[in-house]
Amino acid sequence: MRLELRAITKRFGSLVANDQISITVEPGQIHSLLGENGAGKSTLMNVLFGLLHPDDGEILIDGVPTTFENSGEAVRRGIGMVHQHFMLVPVFTVAENVVLGFEPTKSFNRVDYQKATDDIRRVSKEFNLEVDPDAIIESLPVGIQQRVEILKALSHDAQLLILDEPTAVLTPQEIDALMEIMRSLAAAGKSILFITHKLKEVKAIADVITIIRQGKVVGTAEPSASESELASMMVGRDVVLTVQKEPFSPGEDVFEIRDLVVRDDRGLAAVNGVSLDVRAGEILALAGVQGNGQTELVEAIAGMRPVESGTITLNGHDITNASPRKVLDAGLGHIPEDRQRNGLVMSMTVADNLVLNTPRRAPFAKRGTRNLAAVNANAVRLINEFDIRTESPQELVSSLSGGNQQKVIVARELSRDLKFLVASQPTRGLDVGSIEYVHRQMVNHRNLGNAALVVSSELDEVFALADRIAVMYAGKISGVVDPSVSRESIGLLMAGTITETAHD
Amino acid sequence: MTEATPAPAPARTRHAALVWMTSQSPIVVTVLALVLGFFVGALIIITTTPAVLDAWRGLFHSWGAPGDALKVTFDNVGAAYRSMFTGSVFDPAQLWHSMTTGKGFDASLTPISETLTYATPLIIISTGVGIAFQTGLFNIGANGQAVLGGIAGGVAGSMLHMPMILHLPVTLIAGIAGGMVCGVIPGVLKAFTGAHEVIVTIMLNYVIYAFLLFAVLSTAFQQPGQSNDISRTMAPSAQLPPLFGAASGLRVSYGIFVALAVVLFAWWFLDRSSIGFDFRVTGANPSAAKASGISSRTVIVLVFLISGGLAGLAGIVQAASTTHYIDGGFLIGNAGIGFTAITIALLGRNRPMGILLSSLLFAALGVGGRTMQAATGIPLDLATVIQSIVVLFVATPVLVKEIFHLRAAKTEVLQLATQGWGS
Repeated sequence: MRLELRAITKRFGSLVANDQISITVEPGQIHSLLGENGAGKSTLMNVLFGLLHPDDGEILIDGVPTTFENSGEAVRRGIGMVHQHFMLVPVFTVAENVVLGFEPTKSFNRVDYQKATDDIRRVSKEFNLEVDPDAIIESLPVGIQQRVEILKALSHDAQLLILDEPTAVLTPQEIDALMEIMRSLAAAGKSILFITHKLKEVKAIADVITIIRQGKVVGTAEPSASESELASMMVGRDVVLTVQKEPFSPGEDVFEIRDLVVRDDRGLAAVNGVSLDVRAGEILALAGVQGNGQTELVEAIAGMRPVESGTITLNGHDITNASPRKVLDAGLGHIPEDRQRNGLVMSMTVADNLVLNTPRRAPFAKRGTRNLAAVNANAVRLINEFDIRTESPQELVSSLSGGNQQKVIVARELSRDLKFLVASQPTRGLDVGSIEYVHRQMVNHRNLGNAALVVSSELDEVFALADRIAVMYAGKISGVVDPSVSRESIGLLMAGTITETAHD
Repeated sequence: MTEATPAPAPARTRHAALVWMTSQSPIVVTVLALVLGFFVGALIIITTTPAVLDAWRGLFHSWGAPGDALKVTFDNVGAAYRSMFTGSVFDPAQLWHSMTTGKGFDASLTPISETLTYATPLIIISTGVGIAFQTGLFNIGANGQAVLGGIAGGVAGSMLHMPMILHLPVTLIAGIAGGMVCGVIPGVLKAFTGAHEVIVTIMLNYVIYAFLLFAVLSTAFQQPGQSNDISRTMAPSAQLPPLFGAASGLRVSYGIFVALAVVLFAWWFLDRSSIGFDFRVTGANPSAAKASGISSRTVIVLVFLISGGLAGLAGIVQAASTTHYIDGGFLIGNAGIGFTAITIALLGRNRPMGILLSSLLFAALGVGGRTMQAATGIPLDLATVIQSIVVLFVATPVLVKEIFHLRAAKTEVLQLATQGWGS
């Protein structure tokens, strides 16, 4: 399918989300749409998939102008979308999920499972997408689940596949497998629109790269372009991709975990016997595919989830099963994974959010009455120091961009008297410029002799920050390695195929 | 995002300004909701008043001038709303009369005095409900808490004997304590067992109603020589006296100052105190509150103590300033003051000043409605209809904007923000 978008414009109120965007995807082409979060990629895809209606512009399929009233129409016209968050029913089989909504039927309207299974076998053979039609979805690894999503789109005879940030949840090996699939689909003549903000992947797979910034196409690039070229087009200025670090000179152990067991919401041992040490002047990065117990581990450290057994020691104090208040007072700084849920109160001002976990500390309050002048002065100081882009301290934090919201949290935590910083996915969803900034702040904090644990599923981030790397798989530490090791061996640790206990 | 927001084009300025006002300022939506409430009220008057209907029907028979029918319509609707105003605020003619003759000031102050009398307990109880709402908790049991406060205060006021300087504070504190006792039960149950506060408070209301009947029929508390469900009369030293003395006939009492003090306290508490900050954080984002070291258990128990305490205070202020006794129907009429408080708190957007104003509005509609009923024969229920419609529209700002042809631009952007825009 040859898809052409001509001058697509979409406004929300006075905000122009897509401004005259024109893109052409040729049959058999992998076209990569690169842009920061908030650049307008998702809006454009929602327009293309019939979920939003453009205010202006045309969609042409094989040269014929087309409008989609809804996504069902887009599917019928051969457009398939693989969402970032899968739309699968976990307790159904692969076959049931694939035919869901378009079930083949026998007499008396019974679902023809045999035909469904056969169809899937045929399609998966045709495109080399190996998957067992009778497997239950929730028993499959994330990478295979994604394959089912792709299969589902193909079974509706999609000629153009939209992949929205497909690699966010995958291990390096799974990413390689996905790229293999993408190549074979392109070879079979399917068009692919690949949305991402990850530069390495774009360079590895794309035939053509279109870069979007602030709702506009700012240019196209060849995959041969350098990463820093692509990054500066994306951000609109030059970007430093590596962080300057002082030489590593670790001090004493500040933070210790011994044989920790923590249960998740379903009562399963999500953290199953983890031991870790972090020393002063060190950043320990905890790598791993999401959902291997990192979230529960961090929540247990922050006092937000009960510890089943084992101990957590911070600066000589036992903080196992202590309340969040005690843990904060013991000197823990916490940049939570879900910043809008656990880190900020969106309906409050920037100034209030900057004292969210110290509202009673002098000078912010005296005898139960808040000192709003001091709260405001603190905000003015931190806004300057941490370069938070806001019109005033009294602006609601919800009106800030994602990067600036994260800066509010970083500023709040780093301005407290910390012994130890835990940062969970600290740059998820941030643009390149903000990532650079947050990384620099954390390295500065480490250079001052402080300890930090950074939990990240982004290998780039792990390598940028770590003095040592611990890899977590299935609730256990599958290895602690030096950052000089290769991506591949970390990838194997992340996938749990090897375990290594190379303590230094 | 700020740089992506261009100045509105000149042709669209007025429209953009309207959109801005409605999306930014809740006050505008509230005022528009009021306008709508009175508009719907007018429609009801038109369709239910025989004189108006006859005038319109006459058009079909005699080809009379539509102007006449319009005039009848305006006369009737105007008379209804005029009597509502003169009955609840002041009557200009009466006021002019008393100013020129120097007599009858009491009569010209009666409407506003009545409105303030009705508003007094509403302000206090709604403030408590509003504080709970701001913390994300639904106190549906304010009515029971107010009743128990009334009983506790009534007992202290009628069965203790001491000088007023002690007796009145003791009575009020007993009322607060009664409300707190009733409020702390759902608070503790929620904090320590997770029991849902809505269910517990609703059920407690029934328990308290039954207890009320038991109390006013018990030998100790029942008015001596009475077999009805009526309590002993509170001692004069425990009563909140009328502001202008008993001789004036104006019922507004010193209770209005208690109400104003409560509003002032609530403003300080929510906007300035550290605990109030914890409350607001908990209400706006419980997860972030937990992560910031705020103990949700403490907050939940405290909220119910404060909310219940204020409800209890409302109950005893009502008893100490108007009836001076408690009977089996105490605070239960008109669906119950505790339920009116929920709508008032919603209308006032849970803010102390907003609650003060909406309590006055509700009281004025109720008091004025009575005058309207007497003067025009339009039933008092019209006032309730207007109250309900106003709250309904306040609760659905999108609908109000649609009716006034304002695009809900902000809402659309907000919805899309959840899909990945705006960062």
